[in-house]
Amino acid sequence: MSYSLAKVDQIIDGYGADKEALVQILLDIQHEFRWLSREILLHTADRLGLPMNQLYNVTTFYKHFSLVPQGRHAVSVCVGTACHVRGATQLLNRVSQGLKLSPDETSADEKFSLKTVSCLGCCALGPVMVVDGKYMSNPTANEITEIAEECE
Amino acid sequence: MSQLSMTINGQQVQVTEGMTILEASREAGIYIPTLCHNENLESYGSCRICVVEIGEGERKKIVASCLYNVSEGLVVETETEKINNYRRIILNLLMHRWDKIPVELLERYGAKRDDRFVDNMTYCILCGLCVRFCREIKGANVLGFIGRGTIRQVVIFPNQAAKYCANSCPHEMECLDYCPTGVISSSYYGSRPADGQPLPHAHPICINEDINILEILERVGNV
Amino acid sequence: MMARLTSVSALEVLIKDILSRRDPQKTKVSVCSGTGCRAYDSEKVIDSLKAQLLHDGLNEKVEVVTTGCHGFCELGPVMVIYPDHTSYFKIKTEDVGDIISETLAQGKLVDRLLYVDQEGNVQAKEDDIPFYKYQNRVVFGNNQLIDPENIEDYLALDGYQALATCLGSLSPEEVLEIVKKANLRGRGGGGFPAGQKWEATRNAPGDVKYVIVNADEGDPGAYMDRSILEGNPHSVLEGMLIGAYAIGAHKGFIYIRQEYPLAVEHLNRAIEQMLELGLLGENILGTGFNFEISVHRGAGAFVSGESSALMSSIEGKVGEPRPKYIRTSISGVHGCPSDLNNVETWANVPVIINKGVDWFTSIGTEGSKGTKIFSLVGKVNNTGLVEVPMGMSLQDIIFKIGGGIPNGKKFKAVQTGGPSGGVIPEEMLDLPVDFDALDKVGSMMGSGGMIVMDEDTCMVDVAKYFLEFLADESCGKCVPCREGITQMLHILKMVCAGEGQPGDLELLEEVAAMTKDCSLCALGQSAPNPVLSSLRYFHAEYEAHVNEKCCPAHVCKDLITYHIDPAKCKGCGKCLRNCPVNAISGEKKEPHDIDLEKCTKCDTCFLVCPPKFRAVTKLSGNETLPVSDV
Repeated sequence: MSYSLAKVDQIIDGYGADKEALVQILLDIQHEFRWLSREILLHTADRLGLPMNQLYNVTTFYKHFSLVPQGRHAVSVCVGTACHVRGATQLLNRVSQGLKLSPDETSADEKFSLKTVSCLGCCALGPVMVVDGKYMSNPTANEITEIAEECE
Repeated sequence: MSQLSMTINGQQVQVTEGMTILEASREAGIYIPTLCHNENLESYGSCRICVVEIGEGERKKIVASCLYNVSEGLVVETETEKINNYRRIILNLLMHRWDKIPVELLERYGAKRDDRFVDNMTYCILCGLCVRFCREIKGANVLGFIGRGTIRQVVIFPNQAAKYCANSCPHEMECLDYCPTGVISSSYYGSRPADGQPLPHAHPICINEDINILEILERVGNV
Repeated sequence: MMARLTSVSALEVLIKDILSRRDPQKTKVSVCSGTGCRAYDSEKVIDSLKAQLLHDGLNEKVEVVTTGCHGFCELGPVMVIYPDHTSYFKIKTEDVGDIISETLAQGKLVDRLLYVDQEGNVQAKEDDIPFYKYQNRVVFGNNQLIDPENIEDYLALDGYQALATCLGSLSPEEVLEIVKKANLRGRGGGGFPAGQKWEATRNAPGDVKYVIVNADEGDPGAYMDRSILEGNPHSVLEGMLIGAYAIGAHKGFIYIRQEYPLAVEHLNRAIEQMLELGLLGENILGTGFNFEISVHRGAGAFVSGESSALMSSIEGKVGEPRPKYIRTSISGVHGCPSDLNNVETWANVPVIINKGVDWFTSIGTEGSKGTKIFSLVGKVNNTGLVEVPMGMSLQDIIFKIGGGIPNGKKFKAVQTGGPSGGVIPEEMLDLPVDFDALDKVGSMMGSGGMIVMDEDTCMVDVAKYFLEFLADESCGKCVPCREGITQMLHILKMVCAGEGQPGDLELLEEVAAMTKDCSLCALGQSAPNPVLSSLRYFHAEYEAHVNEKCCPAHVCKDLITYHIDPAKCKGCGKCLRNCPVNAISGEKKEPHDIDLEKCTKCDTCFLVCPPKFRAVTKLSGNETLPVSDV
């Protein structure tokens, strides 16, 4: 594994290896590596003196954590209420078809991860798709394919 | 601890401060059903079958008796029409996870299978008794919860089991006695499911390197 | 680096100094860079504006302020030019040249960027635009005057004056009394009086006490708290300090969703500036009051917004509600008395101290004082954040401020309170919006989501939508919530799929009642509200689904079929070319036809059929195409 446990240690030390900072530490690790490997979880449990069942409990409870590698490009479709009444279900279907991915899935080549989110705070654009931080209002099937092709 | 006076089902009872309604009722010989309660463990309040009505008139409310502490003058009803109806619905719902709920309990509240509900026959009602026993009494953390919401799940951590089970529970797996549904089978502890073997249908499931925790969550979600 | 302030008077000197350096007549361009406007590329507009001003040598004369959300998200990016209050909308980088050469250089208006109302009247000034005119932006109004990363902007608008007043000349008891008298009720949902909560925490036994800002805004379709934190973080922090002083707390937590990166960034920056100025830390303003803040990011769990679950999260555990019947004001974080208030509640505190109880209580209704910010979204013309006095009618909010329903459609319902709230039908549009009135009709104030629905919205589908959300977000601990939601959702799915049976609606009501009464926490107790309220007001729509297998709003996919009305179809071929499964056939200029066997009901033909024809029709149940047209 190429993950640098030294980086993980640095993050843990930044919080004084405080057990109570578990969620904050995991958020930073997730941000750094885009997912939480078993190796990293074991190491974190060891460093914080926490049992693994607590780490698995926390990492499968909060939606932001991923236990599998994430794609290089994050695609989110907002399914908040405002977007829902404006046709988010149909948009999600189009994105799903266009990327050939189900929600919460990552493509085999680790190019895309598709997620649904609840309200991004730009309801005027709804229904919204976000690709790597770029917002798009109700893209058509063709526009989705174009975006997918633009991504490396 | 001072003595308090309260009323349960119209009967005046003397109880000790700090008791829960459940404890007070049981001491007075009044039956309240429970599924997630064990007197050796901290109250958990997940099955809600122990709900009772407290207060009078407009101010009546429903509380979980395993968690609500007694107080001077408290008025409790343990089997009103409303409460019995709620217990029936709770049992109806649970029957779709565990179809061996004791018949006496079902009959007492008139619970029966409702074909409009979807089955998710995991045989685990997520009462957490095994998880809590392992943590609170044994400090072993061999068992744990994963996931949330409708895909919440009890799992066993085999590495932890290998390290702790033999020492913590030298005679036998004592958590078995705590499981009300009997779903925990001792065979999960001794050895991991061999490669290529299907996972046991009933839960809990072992977590090890060969099994992707997300697949388990997904599988449970799709039941 | 600013010098640390060691007394209340030093703060006053600093504020005077800031004001003396500011010319109120100077041209100031405020451009929204909140999340909504950013999505419309407002940052590029700002960059281009700054670059061209520099190029034209106007950068000294004109000040550009990058602000948080102004509220009128529908027409973003939004710009206001002071001192004239000229408002421009939907600005693109191409417009920047004209804004500079016409407006900033010569004081002329750029007509194409001005607001035009539905009657075609042009309004140049912000205050004349109906969207703003009927609002009362007590908390939110300063957003557009403040660069959230610059504490001086906040100080220039009486910032930290309220804190200085409290620390310098009021006892904690007096502060508590003010907040109690103001009857400030919690803006996060329940509407519990903040003063009572403060008092309970203050009086609870224990030396260590905490105050907490709940910024775990999880209601899908609401973003008020985010916009306050992004746009005016100091207003929340000042409120929190005042609360801490009244309660006797020396440590505070801010629990904020990690999905709000910009808000986290602005909050952290604001805290740094407070530390620099001595507004945090030891001996604040030389008054002997100590306070520290720690920011906790939430990792994505709606249930963490529940107070006891939030406190578990702060302790690094899963955000599961605690089962005990003990208020968190008695036993919260680490078992210490902890006062939790929502972002908007905290932001109201400095305003109350500065403007007084009488002023505050003059706004609103008998039981609900002050204003409330709503996120007015869905099928409404003017999507955005609106702050109105409590008691304004739904009618006024949706039609006067919101500009009504787009595309000439008919209003059907408005949903308030998010997944814990309910739907309110047309007959109740006169309802004055306050905590108690909304409760009475089976909905709730919630944090302030207000989702407008038109005739094309299916209420059964909406109920199903909220249950799907809750099935995912329930912590799964207690049976009523976990199993109740699972089975209610299952029944609704059957109903929407045309597999509903007689008795399903009664069964839904039965399970809903149990879940409401028996669940462990507020999430479960309120989870049935979207189902119960829609059953109450839209029973006929449910019955149509169950008995006639008909979705009157033409939303439930399994209950509708797509047809082309031969009387209306001109054979333009647009639907034929766009159909992804080649289900449409027909000769050019001849009416087309859909093969229902092949049709996947993807809605594409309906969307692409030119509005002047409207030939694609959805039918459900026993509906048929109009006879005369066939």
